[in-house]
Amino acid sequence: MRNPQLNKNGELTHLLSIEGLPKGILESILNTADSFASVGEREVKKVPLLRGKSVFNLFFENSTRTRTTFEIAAKRLSADVINLNINASSASKGESLLDTIDNLSAMQADMFVVRHAQSGAPYLIAQHLNNLGVEHIHVVNAGDGRHAHPTQGLLDMYTIRHYKKDFSNLTVAIVGDILHSRVARSDIHALTTLGVPEVRVIGPRTLLPAHIEQMGVRVFHDMAEGLKGVDVVIMLRLQSERMKGALLPSAQEFYKSYGLTPDKLARAKGDAIVMHPGPMNRGVEIDSTVADGGQAVILPQVTFGIAVRMAVMSITAGN
Amino acid sequence: MLIPDAEVLCESLRRQIAPVVSPATVMIGVHTGGAWIAAKLHRALGLTTPLGLLDISFYRDDFARVGLNPQVKKSAIPIDIENAEILLIDDVLYTGRTVRAAMNELFDYGRPKKIDLAVLVDRGGRELPVAARFTGETLILEAHQSLNLAQDASGQLSFQLVEKKDRT
Repeated sequence: MRNPQLNKNGELTHLLSIEGLPKGILESILNTADSFASVGEREVKKVPLLRGKSVFNLFFENSTRTRTTFEIAAKRLSADVINLNINASSASKGESLLDTIDNLSAMQADMFVVRHAQSGAPYLIAQHLNNLGVEHIHVVNAGDGRHAHPTQGLLDMYTIRHYKKDFSNLTVAIVGDILHSRVARSDIHALTTLGVPEVRVIGPRTLLPAHIEQMGVRVFHDMAEGLKGVDVVIMLRLQSERMKGALLPSAQEFYKSYGLTPDKLARAKGDAIVMHPGPMNRGVEIDSTVADGGQAVILPQVTFGIAVRMAVMSITAGN
Repeated sequence: MLIPDAEVLCESLRRQIAPVVSPATVMIGVHTGGAWIAAKLHRALGLTTPLGLLDISFYRDDFARVGLNPQVKKSAIPIDIENAEILLIDDVLYTGRTVRAAMNELFDYGRPKKIDLAVLVDRGGRELPVAARFTGETLILEAHQSLNLAQDASGQLSFQLVEKKDRT
């Protein structure tokens, strides 16, 4: 079966997951994003590529940052953006996901940017459009359940390439709640596809998926050990709702073992960069001294995210 | 048909342009061929303002039909073009659509005082009301032909005549 993200010419027409995408497509997105980055520095921060196109931000789950950067990206491409907070509308009245999609398609939508708590929801939408033979509507996954957050993965790759120039000699550590993290999954797929020789995951056994080694990563439970000699540290948010279950004793306990403090960061290379997809919990997974320190590139990640999302939207919309 | 010598035409453009350049002239090359020519002319004319580069991919009018150019490069206009006297450089002037896109893009950087256009070859076939102020050579090509500029390792420019298979 054809990868549902690609059209019959093998070009990216939806972005659903980084898994299964060839290196060439990932590189082409990063290169295109590089060109869009300079647009953000101009007097007029807009290009006319998606003029007259309607982009629907369908957020079935809240996310201020991701929704805002998608909105800015679409507006800088001159698209019209319609934000739908579905929590508060049709879904709560019982309308099915695909009925919502059909209705919005009838409003001449050109792109759906989808955030959903259920893994696979964007796939379902793309498959539905493919089955209907609708080729002019594109779907971009803005995070689905525990599955994938491909634009975050891509903006993380953009950030790493920006500071480290090249992927081929890097050691990258991803730290924290890997189990519930769609960002971790997208990052791991992207890093291995782009040829990073060593990807490490660091976390307590209760927050690491079983058999994660099969994704081509090295597993560490001791953070000081795992950070030794790394070039990039990607911290993940510890979702407070996880505390309620039996997965973790307490936030303080987690911070002691897996919070990124200056002394733990000192185990990494002197020029290592610190990343975080946000929103940060200071004093839970990251110390304020590190978050505000010279090695943190957390705010540049946000800026790069706009250019990366412009690249994804314009590439998919053009195919 | 005799394929024009790109280096000879560059020299011809230099001679035409030399009398009109001023310290306020900002030279901007259109990616890819125009950028090569602009780099040569910028050096030969001893311009002191920085050289600009435009990749007009984000401004093309055929995005809906052909999608985004996967090789899109960064535009770099390293100078404030508000009130600048711009000399836009391209290799071949044909339909005029590239020049329209380049002008649209330039106006997103500011409001230039004026824009002049210099091209190595004007091949006719205009679809928009665009004309060059400086032209190396004018010749008529068939719709299925295209004149492609190439640069070798030593920086020498040359034209190649390419016959497209699907004649439209």
